[in-house]
Amino acid sequence: MNPTTQPYFEPVTGRYLHLELLGQMHRIYVEEAGEGTPLLCLHTAGSDTRQYRALLNDPALLAKYRVITFDLPRHGKSSPGAGWHKFEYKLTSRDYVDIICAVTDALALEKPIVMGCSIGGRIVLNLALECPERFGALIGLQSGAHVHPYYDLQWLHRPDVQGGETCAGIVSGLIGPGAPETDRWETLWHYMQGGPGVFKGDLYFYKIDGDLRQKVSQIDTRRCPLYLLTGEYDYSCTPEDSLELERLIPGSHLTLMEGIGHFPMSEDPERFLSYLRPVLEQIESSKVARND
Amino acid sequence: MADPNIQQLAERVNSDAWLVHRGRYLDVRFLVASGTDQYVIEIHKGRIDSIEHGPFVMPRWTFAMKAEPDVWEKFCVSHPAPRFHDLMALIRFKTLLLEGDQHPFMANLLYFKDVFACLRPLEISL
Repeated sequence: MNPTTQPYFEPVTGRYLHLELLGQMHRIYVEEAGEGTPLLCLHTAGSDTRQYRALLNDPALLAKYRVITFDLPRHGKSSPGAGWHKFEYKLTSRDYVDIICAVTDALALEKPIVMGCSIGGRIVLNLALECPERFGALIGLQSGAHVHPYYDLQWLHRPDVQGGETCAGIVSGLIGPGAPETDRWETLWHYMQGGPGVFKGDLYFYKIDGDLRQKVSQIDTRRCPLYLLTGEYDYSCTPEDSLELERLIPGSHLTLMEGIGHFPMSEDPERFLSYLRPVLEQIESSKVARND
Repeated sequence: MADPNIQQLAERVNSDAWLVHRGRYLDVRFLVASGTDQYVIEIHKGRIDSIEHGPFVMPRWTFAMKAEPDVWEKFCVSHPAPRFHDLMALIRFKTLLLEGDQHPFMANLLYFKDVFACLRPLEISL
């Protein structure tokens, strides 16, 4: 009998963490699996923890790493803060860094590796600038210092357009054309389920508030190693954007991922893992060399 | 844009019942330009009613999509290269100009992406 036809539970545990963020209590959804070095994973704008479903189920990864991911407020199964309905949501660099540090502290993670994609790939640069000693290593997926708006963001949140389908339509081409069909549409489903104005509010950080072009050269990779992985089909953060980032940050390491787009861990997990594993091995080797 | 591709667009779209269903609230006339070559496509309830080939005198359209022939050629292959694989990618790199009232296009973005994917050769399983 084919074991995959049998019902089974994944090794993933999901829990709700109550903690103070941005001056008020929040209910934050956290998933984790595995044991070992903490690997904290940050989802993209307008999506949620489900993007890391494959990593949370990869036996080889879980044997060495405690893979953890959480939904930002308003995303996935995390509640918005009280009063959310009274103002427009705009994610800022300050708030994003504070949220990550607060969750890291609440979970008592010691020197976690933080890996973020898209807005998560940008914010790891802020972490590298502000508090590198807190982290064992930083991995930026689809990471660039800045993205110029290339469409009118108003289309993402207006009453005469179906928000979820439009958000999915905006990002669908960011997925590599060769991505497995099931993973492609799972990735888009997450976007279709986003709350009103959430993707647009995240992009305030990505395209307006979070411009790091004048700061990234101050990143000191001796204080915290920085690895970059970028898919060749991404036209939001292009390979050229990441190449420029690598050029500006001495000691950073960029890997370009063939056939992959903007959502590597979600759109084509197996292919992405083939690129991620060597990076994790390099991080482990450098830890041994530094006697961490 | 190769003429044979666009001439068979109506048949490809209209024979896809799910695609037509997804466009069921869409009624629009839009212009597609490949260099100086122009087409006006009329969609009614998700079905392509007509594809008129220019040149036109005083054409009416709600929005227009204008690109050079080499851009459409790169877009229309089975396995397009990065930057030519998606309508929004073309817009991002300014090789496709979207003009006029964008509302019908943006409100039906996934539909239009799949309509234009019909310009690509059919994948044939042997």
